[in-house]
Amino acid sequence: MEFGFDADQTLLQSALREFLAAECTPERVRSIWASDGGHSPELWARLAEVGLPGVSVPEAHGGLGLDELGSVLLFEETGRAALPEPLVATAAVAAPLLVELGGEPAERWLGPIARGEAIAVVGDGLSPLVGHAGIADLLLLPDGDDLHALTPERVERTPQPADDPGRRLASVAFAPGPATRVARGDRGRALREAALDRGALASAAEALGAADRLIEVAAAYACQRRQFGQPIGRFQAVKHMLAGAKVKLEYARPAVHRAAWSVARAAPQRSLHVSMAKLLACEAAGLAARTALQVHGAIGYTWEQDLHLWMRRAWSLEMSWGRSAFHRSRVGEVILAGGARIGPGETFAAPAGSEES
Amino acid sequence: MNLEYTPGQRAFRAEVRAWLAAHVPKAPLASFDTREGFEEHRAWERTLDAAGYSMVSWPRDYGGRGADLLEWLIFEEEYYRADAPGRVNQNGIFLLGPTLMEYGTPEQRARYLPRMASGEEVWAQGWSEPNAGSDMAAIQATALRDGACYVLRGQKTWASRGAFAHWMFGLFRSDPASERHQGLSFLLVPLDAPGVTVRPIEKLDGKAAFAEVFFDDARVPVENRLGEEGAGWQVAMSTAGFERGLMLRSPARFQRTAQKLVELYRSHAERCEPALRRDVIGCWTAAEAYALETYRTVSRLLAGGRIGFEASLNKIFWSELDLRMHETALEILGWRAELRPEAPAAGDAGEWLDGFLFALAGPIYAGTNEIQRNVIAERILGLPRG
Repeated sequence: MEFGFDADQTLLQSALREFLAAECTPERVRSIWASDGGHSPELWARLAEVGLPGVSVPEAHGGLGLDELGSVLLFEETGRAALPEPLVATAAVAAPLLVELGGEPAERWLGPIARGEAIAVVGDGLSPLVGHAGIADLLLLPDGDDLHALTPERVERTPQPADDPGRRLASVAFAPGPATRVARGDRGRALREAALDRGALASAAEALGAADRLIEVAAAYACQRRQFGQPIGRFQAVKHMLAGAKVKLEYARPAVHRAAWSVARAAPQRSLHVSMAKLLACEAAGLAARTALQVHGAIGYTWEQDLHLWMRRAWSLEMSWGRSAFHRSRVGEVILAGGARIGPGETFAAPAGSEES
Repeated sequence: MNLEYTPGQRAFRAEVRAWLAAHVPKAPLASFDTREGFEEHRAWERTLDAAGYSMVSWPRDYGGRGADLLEWLIFEEEYYRADAPGRVNQNGIFLLGPTLMEYGTPEQRARYLPRMASGEEVWAQGWSEPNAGSDMAAIQATALRDGACYVLRGQKTWASRGAFAHWMFGLFRSDPASERHQGLSFLLVPLDAPGVTVRPIEKLDGKAAFAEVFFDDARVPVENRLGEEGAGWQVAMSTAGFERGLMLRSPARFQRTAQKLVELYRSHAERCEPALRRDVIGCWTAAEAYALETYRTVSRLLAGGRIGFEASLNKIFWSELDLRMHETALEILGWRAELRPEAPAAGDAGEWLDGFLFALAGPIYAGTNEIQRNVIAERILGLPRG
């Protein structure tokens, strides 16, 4: 039992933090927001140089071959940078889905994804909207329990302008058929559920990063902004709001890290752990956004101030890969069922049947 | 990261579970805030100690088993799972004990720790004074040196179980010219010494185990000082860190409450409004989050880290969670929620009411949550002090 990351993992995280601080500045985020497709091919190419789109693509296909535990800290950093690119969709969800699918789709797409030459997105099966669909080269979309792999010419995409310009949404229509179907029945459902868990996990990690950045930005502003002859950060009303947001964040973080472990190990309770993580991280990010806005006051309510880059990210992460109500209900289905193994000593318990007592 | 227990840890859990199943009293003991319950709980501490289970994380020389903090967490999980009695000497074993390990001389450790582990000597805290609450550095009680003794004058208050305890540890001003955090010394004071008067105070639950303690020229030997003369604040901060942090409120306690809350909800689900389902799920999830964060902290400590200001995050989280769980339970209980345990119609409601009254103290003791928020803002987030 050891709950922590090793030095390699935290080194990779700090290296990515530095890289994104230089490459994904607030100015860069704004220019991507203002672009037609909500996407920067130049930035995507830079991300590919450090291996991010192929973070979970096997090394044989040119990727980094990391599992969810190896990548969770990296998604905290992309959240901290409010990275607008389709990294969660392509790297955290589509690539592992293609690996599980195997066969022709995997052979065809994994290499290009790792090289930054292809963007793949996945429908979450909960919402009719698909994030980043407009710039996708491959769309993996559920139809009931079936899963279809579609290239852009086989779908009709209707943009649905939404609050976060960094995550362009579209409703997508397509004609499902044997030619597009890559999995069906139980297998299709299992793939869709695994994709949902991975998307929710990466979103939870991004929410942690966004929350951390929001608190950091607001604390810095509270030190610098003066009213009544002193920095507003000296007032307890301001201190206590920020402290509350910090508490919420620090108790969400370990839940996200545990969920990463459970998904990487295909633990039987991974969906429960992911839902807890998504719920806690998005609550923390929501509170951080609300708090940071209040600390900034009117200046935070402007388009010019950078604060909303992370606020909008915090809100749109809650909307992605299952909203909080969905995840809360998934937690409820497990813990409120009769005979659920909950309580002290069950947090890391092995599943029934594999334990001595 | 490796979130699986070792075979040794699983074996330890099985051993503790078996022992508790055989020894935990079948009927609940009387409240340790009554004289009768206090003695019943001391007898239970003797039973625990005789089997080496009183403080598993202490070295064997002091009555422990030399277990590491992970095994301590496992022990706590089994302890709460078994609904074993509350720890009447919690201020001693969880707060003063670790401080003695850090600051005590070998003689002090040998003198106090074994008798603490066995419940022979139960400890009360002496921090607060009538004019030193959240502002603890305003302490006025003095301990003036007179040869081989300190002579104590002044008053301490809000000492949990002070009405029955044998000893008190606390801060006294040993340099009368000093101010604030300087010139304080950490002393161990026998409550039966001449010049010490203990006056019980009824708490919100009507039980008179709380106490204020008056010192009128009570004499305490110099060897009862923990740490250097005048360095008491640093010693006390270490104790306060343990209290806010790891030891006093292990996650198993809140996980057990959350589990009972889930059971309560299940038995009333058909007449509960949907908002209560949401609250119950939120409480259970938060209790798990607390457990996960504690495992993370313990892993960090085992790798050589130390508990710092983040103990303040901890204290806010568990105290608010405990209150929220009890408030939710009282909502679920409907009209029975206000019934005392002895009310014929109370059923399990009385326990939740008692628990609620106790949980109300959480945001106040061990440093109010407002003080903790100041610490977080100033020491962790870097906001200006003052």
